[in-house]
Amino acid sequence: MNIIVPIKQVPETNAVRMDEATGTMIRDGVVSIINPLDLYGIELAIELRERFGGRATAISMGPPKAEEALREAIAMGLDDGILLSDRAFAGADTWATAYALSQAIRKIGDYDVIICGERATDGDTGQVGPAIAAFLDLPVASYISKFEDFSEGQMRLHRLVEDGYEILQVGLPCVLTVVKEVSNPRLPTLRGKQKARKADLPVWNAADIEADPTLVGLKGSPTRVVKIHRPKVSRQCEKALANDEASTDQAVRGLLDLLEKRELI
Amino acid sequence: MSDYSGIWILAEQSAGRVLGISHELLTRGRELADKRKVPLSAVLLGNNVSEADLAELIERGADQVILAEHAELDAFRPEPHTRVMQRLVEKYHPEIIIAGATSTGRTLMPYLAVKLHAGLTADCTVLDIEPGTGNLLQTRPAIGGNILATIKTPEARPQMATVRPKSTRPAMRQAGRTGEIIREPVADDLLSSGISRVGFVKDESTANISDAKAVVAGGRGFKTSEKFKMVYALADELQAAVGASRDAVDRAWITYPHQVGLSGKTVTPGLYVAIGISGAIQHLAGMQTAETVVAINNDPDAMIFSVADYGIVGDLSEVMPVLLERLRERREAGASQSEEAGG
Repeated sequence: MNIIVPIKQVPETNAVRMDEATGTMIRDGVVSIINPLDLYGIELAIELRERFGGRATAISMGPPKAEEALREAIAMGLDDGILLSDRAFAGADTWATAYALSQAIRKIGDYDVIICGERATDGDTGQVGPAIAAFLDLPVASYISKFEDFSEGQMRLHRLVEDGYEILQVGLPCVLTVVKEVSNPRLPTLRGKQKARKADLPVWNAADIEADPTLVGLKGSPTRVVKIHRPKVSRQCEKALANDEASTDQAVRGLLDLLEKRELI
Repeated sequence: MSDYSGIWILAEQSAGRVLGISHELLTRGRELADKRKVPLSAVLLGNNVSEADLAELIERGADQVILAEHAELDAFRPEPHTRVMQRLVEKYHPEIIIAGATSTGRTLMPYLAVKLHAGLTADCTVLDIEPGTGNLLQTRPAIGGNILATIKTPEARPQMATVRPKSTRPAMRQAGRTGEIIREPVADDLLSSGISRVGFVKDESTANISDAKAVVAGGRGFKTSEKFKMVYALADELQAAVGASRDAVDRAWITYPHQVGLSGKTVTPGLYVAIGISGAIQHLAGMQTAETVVAINNDPDAMIFSVADYGIVGDLSEVMPVLLERLRERREAGASQSEEAGG
């Protein structure tokens, strides 16, 4: 079973600082990590490869620095990594990102399953996985919470929806987007890290993936960001100290008064 | 581009009954249709959909309902649903399509946007029309709720967006409002899929905390799964759904569908009670838009207080029993009062 895992390098959100004057993100000195939700997809890919054989390859579109994310994925246990990097890719929205990734997947050619994280924690759209499936004309099973088994060319999967879990049979090739429940990501091993350090990571540009230049990057993106601003969450927290019986009683009374006033109880 | 006119909302159904998200989308769609002075259509794919529910879509603001029915469209599968939608868009040329940011909408819309070469914006909280150009302005939170971005699609049509469930009220019902129901035939060759739904496990415990009017959430501060049960007790008293921080889920005190935050669910309830949750930015991203936020934490400097309206600084093992007891007394007093009134 050959597997491709598209991943994204994102800023560690704990470290996000905003420039209050411009409302933009301060990127200097921000630590970059693999999108935390991609780790569940990487882990599932490793488990499937261990059970059914084949190769599991990470791909990522981003600046040259994004190769760190690919090396980390290899350190966890993926076999290879491919970086899509080209100035022409810059400013891509989800449509143009999915186009470039799907072109790279076409170039890889030999695949059975494409596994994406549910969404990236920075852009937070969850659109790229289904969009890759659309470009490749593949079925997409989204919000997969459990892999049950694989037999006679069909995967049996659980899909988390609003009121429970759908049980799906999905034929290969297909795209999965997975939620946290699907796996417990392992930590990189020392041997994995050594392998990752030595790994030869091909870098593909727009020409390498035979991308139509009008469909990549900002030029290929139907959407435009016209304004960015910082929401003001201005709440005046009324704090009540509860450190003995009397103050606890008073604090609880204060809470009930507020809930009554706001008709919440 | 000017060939594209009219606003569509993508209504959703389950087993022939129209789902509530459809009525919320009608609120959004009606505003945009009135600003653009164009008709509002509710598009629905399903099977044997209740006639009364179809009429209700019109009573709640749709000028027309475009209905595609087929046994194969009963359960959502991305490829057939997309092919049917694509045919409809190519026939009617709507300028805007809005869907719910549900498991269906979030899967169908990106698939469809690729096929239509259209722009799509996820999880919008505000939709408006740009004066002059008539373009759709789509505002959404990004980077863990740290910024709000306004996005538009200047050229490609249709302009597509998903909106968060419960981010707007359902459209009011106006008895006697009239409109047209158009039944579109569905060609069999659109219906093949690599996916079949072979079963469904209903899980009421996961029941959608995103939809709840009130959420009581617990975190690491509970220290043990035994103590964490107080979260359920309080949720019962407040008729609230149970949420949790990532820490509580990672300790297996509660399952993942209850997780609130960046790697879990985003909730916008009327009341959010955070207990023993410090308020990491990942958690705040999932709940800071709640109307009223209450926090109980023993650390006076916990971040959670920065987004709270009322905070109790104290040991939750001391505070929770008192809070539960007061709520119980209040409920019992209310019950005996209404008994007296009734008797």
